[in-house]
Amino acid sequence: MNETSKSHSLHLGLIAVLALSYFVLPAYHSGNLASVMVIAIYAMGYNLLFGYTGLLSLGHALFFSAGLYGLGLVMHLANWTPLPAFAAGLIAALVVSAVIGFLILRTTGVAFMIVTLMFAQAGYLTILYFGKYTRGDEGFALKQASRQIAGYDLTDPGVRYFCALLLFSVTLLGLAYIIRAPFGRTLIAIRENEERARMLGYNVTAIKLKAVILSGVVSGASGATYALLFGYAGATFATVQYSIFPLLWVLVGGAGTTVGPFIGALFMFYLIDYASGKTEAYLLVVGVTLVLVTLFLPHGIVGTIRTRFLRWLP
Amino acid sequence: MILTTRGLTKAYAGVKANTDVDFDLPAGQTRAIIGPNGAGKSTFVGMICGRIPATRGTVSFDGQDVTALPAHKRIERGMAYTFQITSVFPGLPVRENIALAARRGLGRNKAAVRAKTDEVLTRLSISDRADQMAGDLSYGHQRILEIGMGLAQEPRLFILDEPTQGLAESEVEDFNALIKSLDAETTILLIEHNMNVVMEVAEYITVLDQGMVLANGTPQEIRANAAVQEAYLGSGHA
Repeated sequence: MNETSKSHSLHLGLIAVLALSYFVLPAYHSGNLASVMVIAIYAMGYNLLFGYTGLLSLGHALFFSAGLYGLGLVMHLANWTPLPAFAAGLIAALVVSAVIGFLILRTTGVAFMIVTLMFAQAGYLTILYFGKYTRGDEGFALKQASRQIAGYDLTDPGVRYFCALLLFSVTLLGLAYIIRAPFGRTLIAIRENEERARMLGYNVTAIKLKAVILSGVVSGASGATYALLFGYAGATFATVQYSIFPLLWVLVGGAGTTVGPFIGALFMFYLIDYASGKTEAYLLVVGVTLVLVTLFLPHGIVGTIRTRFLRWLP
Repeated sequence: MILTTRGLTKAYAGVKANTDVDFDLPAGQTRAIIGPNGAGKSTFVGMICGRIPATRGTVSFDGQDVTALPAHKRIERGMAYTFQITSVFPGLPVRENIALAARRGLGRNKAAVRAKTDEVLTRLSISDRADQMAGDLSYGHQRILEIGMGLAQEPRLFILDEPTQGLAESEVEDFNALIKSLDAETTILLIEHNMNVVMEVAEYITVLDQGMVLANGTPQEIRANAAVQEAYLGSGHA
């Protein structure tokens, strides 16, 4: 098998395992896995910008919540049905990431990180400011009756699981395709040596803007999916914490790998789940684990497997 | 003239790196720019290819004023530039490094990109290293790869900033042969410290000193030029 078919097999294999897991795992774990798949979409969107393009954003919660509220508000306030509402979520994320991307790409390095953080904070405060509609930190629930697509009840655990799996699969395969395509290669080239890419004739700023938008829309898709499947939107999702999460998932799983974000999200989800059941100081356990991972697996779980054993890993 | 500069000047906080450089390069020529360290050679070619914005003056490429164009647009019009300090994509395979260069001109035509990449790999005798990571190559091979990236762009003006720096003697000979073989295909502008290379490959030489043009001439004329000897010997360089 060549590298392309190996990576296809890996991705399709992962999707197949996830599909089978639903029938094997107890309800508690399949419920968890549905959440993990949705947040893994977020992590994959983040990874496109951080892992492949080399831009470290500390403000992705803004894009996630653009999707979350884009869908949530039109369903909650205007009684839109899920599909048009999902489109509204994507468009909200598209507009926000295009505008923010245009502004933040005037900076690089540490300034880029600070500016993204600042914009996300401004976004969070905007959500609180319009508390009359967004209900601020308290948030709002989406009515069960409204969360139906073509007769399928999205609040049903099975439907929810496979809906999450569908969107996860589309994102995984879509991003894997993009990474292998010339556009993705150019992103990696910018990560590796931006000045060289420019001097090969690439309009680096325009390409980075496309990467921000794509990353923002995928993150927004995750937010919209989250609101739709779990029926809740709240300002907590726009806090700094939710900007840091995808960074951690991607670092733990492996930046610049296609399946790393999922592995990282899965690992962290269960780590927090397990530790919080054992002790109230569960964040300490999480922190120590992160220190250990960065010390001993600097390329993350999948990244280390790639460096040591499987060079072909996408 | 494929390249013309008029009054090209670069000042860094008042200190002039280049002052009013007028420069004409006919299409097809292999031109070397020489001069003592700090003569402003890299700044000058940096302004030509757009890496360094000019303080004043104009750059015309192929009859059109490109002074206001950003670097990537000048490259798009047919310039290529190789860096003084080796600059490749270390985390990508050698083949992909060259394909990235070829793709800019050939676009989405996968077969053409592949053919061009193979051609360059063969021409530089690095086909056997095509699948290695560029960052794992030896220094000499990275320099060759960088020249290969330039070749893959099929430039009409190929700017090389000290390409033989740090190469072994045998590698320098290979480089000379390569540049001579390119003579018929493209215009070459070469910054070079190695006088053996300059005398062997350059058809015409421009000498910069203290940011200004000191002399222009054939290798023989430059060798015999008293002012040039003065500039080199006077500042302690041979």
